[in-house]
Amino acid sequence: MFNNFFHRLASPRHFYRIAGALIPWLAGACLLLSMAGLYYGLVVAPPDYQQGDSYRIMFIHVPAAWMSLFIYVVMAGTGAIGLIWRMKLAEVVAISSAPIGASFTFLALVTGSIWGKPMWGTWWVWDARLTSELILLFLYLGVIALHGAIEDRRIAARAVAILALVGVINIPIIHYSVEWWNTLHQGPTVTKFGKPSIDISMLIPLLLMALAFKLYYAFVVLMRARCEVLERERNAGWVRELVERR
Amino acid sequence: MNHHSLTRAISLLVWRDLILAMRHRAEMVNPLLFFVLVTSLFPLGIGANPNLLQAVGPGVIWVAALLAALLSLDGIFRSDFEDGTLEQYLLSSHPVSLLVLAKVLAHWLITGLPLLLISPLLGVLLGLPADGIQILFVTLLLGTPVLSLIGAVGVALTVGLRKGGMILSLLVLPLYIPLLIFASSAVDTAAAGLSVTAHLSLIAALLVLALSLSPFATAAALRISLS
Repeated sequence: MFNNFFHRLASPRHFYRIAGALIPWLAGACLLLSMAGLYYGLVVAPPDYQQGDSYRIMFIHVPAAWMSLFIYVVMAGTGAIGLIWRMKLAEVVAISSAPIGASFTFLALVTGSIWGKPMWGTWWVWDARLTSELILLFLYLGVIALHGAIEDRRIAARAVAILALVGVINIPIIHYSVEWWNTLHQGPTVTKFGKPSIDISMLIPLLLMALAFKLYYAFVVLMRARCEVLERERNAGWVRELVERR
Repeated sequence: MNHHSLTRAISLLVWRDLILAMRHRAEMVNPLLFFVLVTSLFPLGIGANPNLLQAVGPGVIWVAALLAALLSLDGIFRSDFEDGTLEQYLLSSHPVSLLVLAKVLAHWLITGLPLLLISPLLGVLLGLPADGIQILFVTLLLGTPVLSLIGAVGVALTVGLRKGGMILSLLVLPLYIPLLIFASSAVDTAAAGLSVTAHLSLIAALLVLALSLSPFATAAALRISLS
């Protein structure tokens, strides 16, 4: 039965239907969780004894940074599945993930920079983690540019998968090289403020927000994938039926 | 069918590219000129203070090397793509990844090696100490093949595109960052008189990694670009 379910999920038509049914639920859960997370984060959680209230941007910044890496790995994973088993839906998910991942990376950079202003006194510090995020953004933009440049969608998706795989091998190397470069050039400065172990009253909203961001990714990627499936299958009978029914 | 052995195919491929490069000397010289020119722009731009030049020298030379390599990358597969030779590589009975390795080797001999040979001169121009220049040479010796190997993946992905060049830089430059960091800090460290074994080991590790993985990625990318 399970096998059958996956087989049906792999057909674009059924994927379109199942995804369409899932999206409202995921979006609703995302909304609820983010409301709860924001309430606990902005109202209930106490101010930090060092950073005051400005630490609260962490509830956006940290989940966004987590998502930026998570989505790249998903993109590489689904890309590999698409390359190896020629599964079209995996290709669709991989390429639909790229703009979302780039947005999360951008969000992490912007919130990090806003956080940095009161903490470090400048908008931008060549801090190891911020720099890695910046390079990650470049990797995402490369993927998007390559996809945009190749006209044939299937070829584009496979080229993107190769690039994402090369990138995913490089991400740890880039991360550690940047960390190393940073400690060599700057030494432990303000950027390395001692991290107090996080209090449970701050951990709960952080985890709620992280979950909400995951759900956001899930429903947006499904929406984008549905569009991509429609465009790819625009000559198929079921799409024509769908359009005529409207 | 298989009367040419693999080694013969590879040596023929390298030899052919070397002859082609000798016949089109300008293509070989241009990246080199670019390398020298960009490096000599920096003293003009930031001032000829010897302390300043010595401090930024390793980074400047390495960034210029990255850009020069980038400029020459397109040549790895472009002409072969345009006259259809590339399709013959894919159809041949030899493993495509090894043929790719031969192409990359030829590319390195044509563009990486001259860069390497002229680098001590640029080190002198920027006032690096003798230790720094020696290590600069070693980092370029280990690093320029990495530039060609990683670049080959990017070229293979963009070879069929009309405006491949701009996208190529977007794809490849972020992947060059670790090499840039390790190499320029190795030269810095050497100039300060400290041991650079760790830096060189890391660059060598990058070379081994690129050497073992990138031919496969390049071959797969070529198959996709030509499908």
